[in-house]
Amino acid sequence: MIANDWIQILVSLGLIVLISPLVGRYLAWIYQSPHLSLEKGIYRLLGLDADREMGWKEYAAVLVVSNGFFFVAGYLVLWAQGVLPLNPRHLPPLSPEVAFNTAASFVTNTNWQAYAGEAQLSNLSQMLAITFLMFVGANTGLASLVAIIRGFVREGSATIGNFWSDFFRFFLRAFLPACALMALIHVEQGSPQTLSTSVTAKTIEGASQTLIVGPVASLESLKQLGTNGGGFYNANGAHPYENPTPLTNTLEFLEMGVFTFSLPFFFGRMIGRPRQGQVFFAVVFALYVAGLGLIEYSEKTPNPLLAPAAVTQKTSPLQDGGNMEGKETRFGITQTSLFSNTTIAATTGAVDGAMDSMNPLAVLVYLVHMFLNEEPGGKGVGFAGLLKEAILAIFLAGLMVGRTPEFLGKKIESREIKLAALSLLVTPILVLWLTGLSLLLPAGKSSIDNPGPHGFMEVLYAFASGNANNGSAMAGLNVSTPYYAIAIGLEMLFGRFLPLLPLLALAGSLARKKTLSENAGTFRTDTPLFVLLLLGFMVLFAALTFFPPLILGPILEHLSIVHNIAF
Amino acid sequence: MKIVRQSLMATLFLMIVCGVVYPLVVTGIARLLFPKQASGSLLTARDGSITGSWLIAQGFQAPGYFHPRPSASLTADGSGSLPYDAAFSSPSNIGPDTKQEIKNVTDAANAYRKENGLPAGASVPIDAVTASGSGLDPDISLANALLQAPRIASARKIDPSIVRSLIDRVKDNPQFGFLGATRINVLRLNLALDKIAPKSTAKP
Repeated sequence: MIANDWIQILVSLGLIVLISPLVGRYLAWIYQSPHLSLEKGIYRLLGLDADREMGWKEYAAVLVVSNGFFFVAGYLVLWAQGVLPLNPRHLPPLSPEVAFNTAASFVTNTNWQAYAGEAQLSNLSQMLAITFLMFVGANTGLASLVAIIRGFVREGSATIGNFWSDFFRFFLRAFLPACALMALIHVEQGSPQTLSTSVTAKTIEGASQTLIVGPVASLESLKQLGTNGGGFYNANGAHPYENPTPLTNTLEFLEMGVFTFSLPFFFGRMIGRPRQGQVFFAVVFALYVAGLGLIEYSEKTPNPLLAPAAVTQKTSPLQDGGNMEGKETRFGITQTSLFSNTTIAATTGAVDGAMDSMNPLAVLVYLVHMFLNEEPGGKGVGFAGLLKEAILAIFLAGLMVGRTPEFLGKKIESREIKLAALSLLVTPILVLWLTGLSLLLPAGKSSIDNPGPHGFMEVLYAFASGNANNGSAMAGLNVSTPYYAIAIGLEMLFGRFLPLLPLLALAGSLARKKTLSENAGTFRTDTPLFVLLLLGFMVLFAALTFFPPLILGPILEHLSIVHNIAF
Repeated sequence: MKIVRQSLMATLFLMIVCGVVYPLVVTGIARLLFPKQASGSLLTARDGSITGSWLIAQGFQAPGYFHPRPSASLTADGSGSLPYDAAFSSPSNIGPDTKQEIKNVTDAANAYRKENGLPAGASVPIDAVTASGSGLDPDISLANALLQAPRIASARKIDPSIVRSLIDRVKDNPQFGFLGATRINVLRLNLALDKIAPKSTAKP
């Protein structure tokens, strides 16, 4: 590493630490102030009674039904692409299973892509299906977090808020304006923003070159700010039109972090205990920085298998060094590491380099981030997951000292533990069972692109990504086959809604409880000790559950490279 | 029933706001403020025809031009390889521990040494022998450009120091002095070359 690598990393981390508390404060204002007149107008127009309080069951029902409509609307657009306007290249509609996979993917904020953007989608589909679903998917996640937080705030209450009010407040006061503003900065740096679709150029040497353009920047800022991740182009953020400069690259990973890293602070303000927010931030930031360190180290390390080819892999002022396969020169290793670590930690799934060509220890970090899925996690649901882990960690701590656990003044009892555990079990069941199944079935194995442990990792990664609603891929795996399109499509829906519904139920149950006052016997959850307890619980749980596949995948691959074994 | 009606109304409203109004408003403002970038940073020849984009690599092959990084981009239907065509951007997706990766890098390094008259075993910059993330990477490293400079100079019959000073002039330093890597845009470099040395000598 050279000095510039350190400066980029420290400046980026510093910006996250500086910006997040401010945004957290702004989000708290959004949810603690009266409706704006614009919001009232929209509620009137759409016939939504945004002041009516909902119990958790009604809240969950509205969330599921509205997302069902979003899903169907998006599916119809993709399915009818062939006959809809703004399609001068006469692109055919997506196959029904890929259209299903795509609609499921975008409504769940996963943004898994079983299609190649520039080759298969018209501008109308990019706008009406993709851009639309990106907005509503991310917004639903944040709304659900607000409802879950109310479980801690309220006392003796049968309700946890109003879905539409939670939805539109963030959408109108933060999400939409931020996307529009950042989109313009992306255009200034070089992202296209036009309704035309392709330009045929005759290059300097006389070859023909097809340049695909479109409303790229408006999709790009949204893709990052909504922790969505689905790119306009197949190469995603590695494409020079999606991510033209090191500045856009930096803005893009900050965009992914800005709302997610602010959620702990938002939570602290909402419950009136800012220190608790700082403690949660410390937990997610520690995991984030640890991941970044291992990725940067792994990607900067020369690959000994390439020694016979006589290539310079060392960083110098004249070149960036390390693993440049699948990376862009303007970013180099450090910008790519910063981007990749954020995209997985914040479950965005955008990439600015090929995940499939990264070194095994970097992939190890990506897998662990996805197994944990809450550091800082995607729009809202990630942080909700962290609260669930906190409840379980406190329960374990309570068992050790033999007293009824309490969290933020709420007694944690049998019902809460059952709901939290139910939510926690979804990840290992979906990821491990589906990976195992795919390795048994010919339809699962035939899509694998790379041999050896790397090929195994492609499958494990795909299901980890689908479940975590991440959406990044080790893209060598062919996932547009009917088997993977349907399996991952279903997994994304289950991975999104199965953990979320128990958490809404949990919030409903907590809101009804009395808030106990603290006394000398209360286990404090706003201390460094709690940071360690929660970190220990998260890492232990992930290790116990996922160690076998991690050994068969990244760890085996790392050891092979070290011992000069190729596949 | 009320839930269904409200969800339907919200879906229609949000589809119009997110899928139509938002992209169109951004497009309008972008065209007004940044018309060049909004249409793709296109490069127009004197006769008005489009010769490419500043941001997208071109597959230069003549010895008198600098060459970009290897490209793994695909044909428009994704069925085959079509380097440097921007209809289907793609990385190689090859794993670091595969025999395929070792072979690709070794072959590319040998070809690079032969093309640039380097002795056997001379070390080659990693960016010159690995496929980029998009297949359309417009840049190469300075080390890569400097190793190609003697070839350019002899093909264009100019002094190598002229080429080297051109590289120094055209290179992009890290943005704001610290963001990203020092690099050089191949298309910009080649156009600058054509300006200082007659184009006829650039043909193979």
